[in-house]
Amino acid sequence: MKFATAIIVGAGQSGLAMSWHLSTRSIDHVVLERGEVANSWLKERWDSLRLLTPNWQSRLPGYAYSGDDPDGFMTMPEVVRFLHQYASLSRAPIVTGARVTRVRQQEAGYEVETNLGAWRCRKLVIATGACNLASIPQLAAGLPARVASLTPLQYRNPGLLPDGGVMIVGASASGIQLAREIRAAGRRVVLCVGEHVRLPRTYRGRDIQWWMDVIGAMDVRYDTMEEDIERARRLPSLQLIGTPERVTVDLNSLGKAGVELVGRVVGLADGKAQFSGSLANLCALADLKMNRLLSSIDDWVNASGLAQQFPAPHRFEPTDVGSQTRIGLDLNDAGIGSVIWATGYRPDYSWLDVPVLDRKGRIRHDGGIVPAPGIYVMGLPFMRRRKSSFIDGADDDAADLAAHLGHNLNRAAA
Amino acid sequence: MGERKARKSRVRRFTNPLTSDLSPKENEMTITTSARAKVNNGVNVDALLGARTALEQAPEAAQFKWRASCEWVNGTHSRSAIGSFFGLGAEQSRNKTFTVEADHPQVFASEDSAPTPVELVLSGLASCLTAGVAAIAQRRGIQLHSVRASLEADMDIQGILGIDDEVRNGFGAIRVHFDIRADASEDDIKALVAQSQRRSAVFDIVTNPTNVFVTAN
Ligand SMILES: Cc1cc2nc3c(=O)[nH]c(=O)nc-3n(C[C@H](O)[C@H](O)[C@H](O)COP(=O)(O)OP(=O)(O)OC[C@H]3O[C@@H](n4cnc5c(N)ncnc54)[C@H](O)[C@@H]3O)c2cc1C
Repeated sequence: MKFATAIIVGAGQSGLAMSWHLSTRSIDHVVLERGEVANSWLKERWDSLRLLTPNWQSRLPGYAYSGDDPDGFMTMPEVVRFLHQYASLSRAPIVTGARVTRVRQQEAGYEVETNLGAWRCRKLVIATGACNLASIPQLAAGLPARVASLTPLQYRNPGLLPDGGVMIVGASASGIQLAREIRAAGRRVVLCVGEHVRLPRTYRGRDIQWWMDVIGAMDVRYDTMEEDIERARRLPSLQLIGTPERVTVDLNSLGKAGVELVGRVVGLADGKAQFSGSLANLCALADLKMNRLLSSIDDWVNASGLAQQFPAPHRFEPTDVGSQTRIGLDLNDAGIGSVIWATGYRPDYSWLDVPVLDRKGRIRHDGGIVPAPGIYVMGLPFMRRRKSSFIDGADDDAADLAAHLGHNLNRAAA
Repeated sequence: MGERKARKSRVRRFTNPLTSDLSPKENEMTITTSARAKVNNGVNVDALLGARTALEQAPEAAQFKWRASCEWVNGTHSRSAIGSFFGLGAEQSRNKTFTVEADHPQVFASEDSAPTPVELVLSGLASCLTAGVAAIAQRRGIQLHSVRASLEADMDIQGILGIDDEVRNGFGAIRVHFDIRADASEDDIKALVAQSQRRSAVFDIVTNPTNVFVTAN
């Protein structure tokens, strides 16, 4: 049986950043990857997808975007190339094609079974991603067999969808991006809107990600929040899209493009969908939250004394969903041929045979430190910082956790 | 005043603009319980928060059953009794039983001895949202002076009269307007109202479908 002091499972940005930090601490380790480097970006994303974070924000330990379009947004082949380059520059000890099928606790560490044989390790870093599986609400079972049911992990482009209209459930980053592109392809699109985070692409002449970065919003730590951290962790992804034109996609622009906006799906039976009547409130909440963010940007600008460097503050049109929102839809009459569940993602821990999951199947952790000796997790939403699940968040989290891991090794050795 | 302002801008850097529940005060790390305690809307927030923490650990205890019984009086007039309920893992009894009456107005050839059931639904929604506003304001350190909700609901009675099958029996739409006086900005007041909808049971009951099982004898 092969041995490494630490095993990192997964070679996305999280695993690679952790590998870099373990290397700088001379901690012997191996990265086990079921596919190849950047596998999720390569295999689990739709064709047109670009990052919604600008190029300059693709920062990893000892490595950053260095092209001539810092404000652009990478396509998927570009992200894959970016991470492959990083893997080879940092000489990460990666074993590709090694799928971890089971992890069990042993006296002094863990036994890690893979299709390429077993490893033993003392420390285990779970960097398998937060988005392995699509979360689909239970009521999806009520969908008529005639209507195709798919998730953003399977969706590639409008041309591959079955004929007919498309009902997209969920209006966060994935849902609004798919609604925009499928509508532009001439399909009827019904978008079911639950809680969402509305943001403009740009504000006062700068990208919104730039603002959130400078005002420190992305660096807010999980242990400094008075607010319930679990709630912050469940916050849906930002309604943003990365396009060369830097367009803002929000419910207003989708509505103008002919996307039909309805409330959350709350019933699905006999070929009919029912939608919640709470749409107006969810839009009001999203508008208030967006304005709160814009106010804190304005406050930051005023406090910094740099007000003359930026265009004047302004506010965006409130979300207008009208007063005629439908609360029911006969899928057959409406010609709906497919439903896309853009209702969020979750990790897959089916291979983890260590009792660290809570009753909802989520891994228990304190800022990435899992309550089992020597186990760490990476890349979960707001894990240590608001940016934890972003490319830009991997460095700081990996640095903290590698320090913790190294400290524990030394203590054990002493 | 000047000093307060200065303090505020210093504090600003610590706000979490993407906070999930829009509570400005809670996100400013300098806010203390004493500042919160100065506000009194008559809601025991600490007890509610304590219950939340306790129930997170014991989801079984969070399973409640609410009950009402109703006796026909005469015509469209009826009288409901509301007493015990089940919750926190046990039968909960009250010192008294409440009664709520319902009837229909004279335009429906009734006696008008009490509000109609649909008006009781409106009042249920209003009370639920209003209680939410008070509790959330307390939690956020906002002193309320007055809260007044006005509700109006559309109904095409061709539905209940069976004239047109395509017309539903219930409300076509409900409009709620809140008039709130409080020591808070307009946006903070709007956020209170939005959050109270987000946490309201009756709002959920009227905006989302519910399975109903009715048996007889
Ligand atoms: C649609 C979408 C768009 C996104 N856009 C952005 C964006 O614009 N900017 C941004 O910063 N973030 C974005 N994210 C968030 C985040 O950056 C990505 O999810 C990113 O892929 C997470 O990186 P990771 O390294 O944590 O996990 P992943 O990239 O998912 O890497 C995990 C790796 O583990 C491997 N693995 C999983 N299970 C096993 C196993 N059992 N054995 C061996 N290997 C295994 C996988 O093959 C994979 O290569 C987006 C996410 C999604 C879903």
